[in-house]
Amino acid sequence: MSALWIATLVTSAICFILKYIGYSLPESLLNKPQVQRINSLIPIALLSALVAVQSFGAENSIVFDHRLAGVAVAAVALRLGANFPTMMLLAAVVSAVIYRL
Amino acid sequence: MSLSGAPFDKRVVLRDSLAVAIPVGTYGAAFGAAAIGSGFSILQTCLLSLLLFSGASQFAVVGVMGAGGSALSAIATGSLLGLRNGLYGLRMAPVLSLTGIKKIIGAQLTIDESTGVALNQEVKGQAASRYGFWATGIGVYLFWNLFTLIGALGAKSIGDPSAWGLDAAVPAAFLGLVWPRLIDTKSKLVSISAAVLALLLIPIAPAGVPIIATALLAIAFGWRN
Repeated sequence: MSALWIATLVTSAICFILKYIGYSLPESLLNKPQVQRINSLIPIALLSALVAVQSFGAENSIVFDHRLAGVAVAAVALRLGANFPTMMLLAAVVSAVIYRL
Repeated sequence: MSLSGAPFDKRVVLRDSLAVAIPVGTYGAAFGAAAIGSGFSILQTCLLSLLLFSGASQFAVVGVMGAGGSALSAIATGSLLGLRNGLYGLRMAPVLSLTGIKKIIGAQLTIDESTGVALNQEVKGQAASRYGFWATGIGVYLFWNLFTLIGALGAKSIGDPSAWGLDAAVPAAFLGLVWPRLIDTKSKLVSISAAVLALLLIPIAPAGVPIIATALLAIAFGWRN
């Protein structure tokens, strides 16, 4: 089985189990503020790392290319209150134009 | 007296649910296109939406694999991002009180959006909250999967993903997902340090590791108030 298949099926299985476990645990766990705090910070850390790696990363080096321009425009759009589809479309268009220059 | 039997206007809750489900669902097209751009087949792309069904985790899996990461890195990152759904389940369990097959379906539909709408409707009583959960969960599921397929088919027919900006759309998607979570100084601090740590690790760590490693930052920052 290829790595893509393993990633697809195993992540799907684990994520379903995580969802299901939530419905089977004692509710008192939710009252722990530490669990709450860490749980709300994990997506922030991982998503921010993903933004950085996908904007600057090229194998094992850091590059400044068309993607960065697209992401920068997306940040400005978000700042100005753009909705999700608009923001992504702007990022794609700007990046594609620079890539084709 | 319990609020659970309180009457509520189903049309209003349904409207709120669809207002979330339709735009979020159409965003599935971006996922479909990104997955194809990262080398996943149409079948794999659709299975990620059908089986994994959690946007951030799905983008993470295709993002890590597309950047040359190992399956293990993709699984770890996607699963860490899926952790919060478990806590949503914990929160929703007493509201929904599910058993058997309904528990399996309800668990699969437990994501940011269904939980968010359900909690918003709680002031109207548990019946409204339950209705909001199911309407949003089912709505997002249907639209997300439909648009995943549309995005995947579209991307398959356009060729070089970079020429269409798909390689920038993926980090933009992550930015859009993290943006509304940056609500206070601590969250902004975690966001910036995670980005910096990931960039510092890129030259020295295998692909995928720079992303997972930042979970340690979340634990460190969240340990104390």
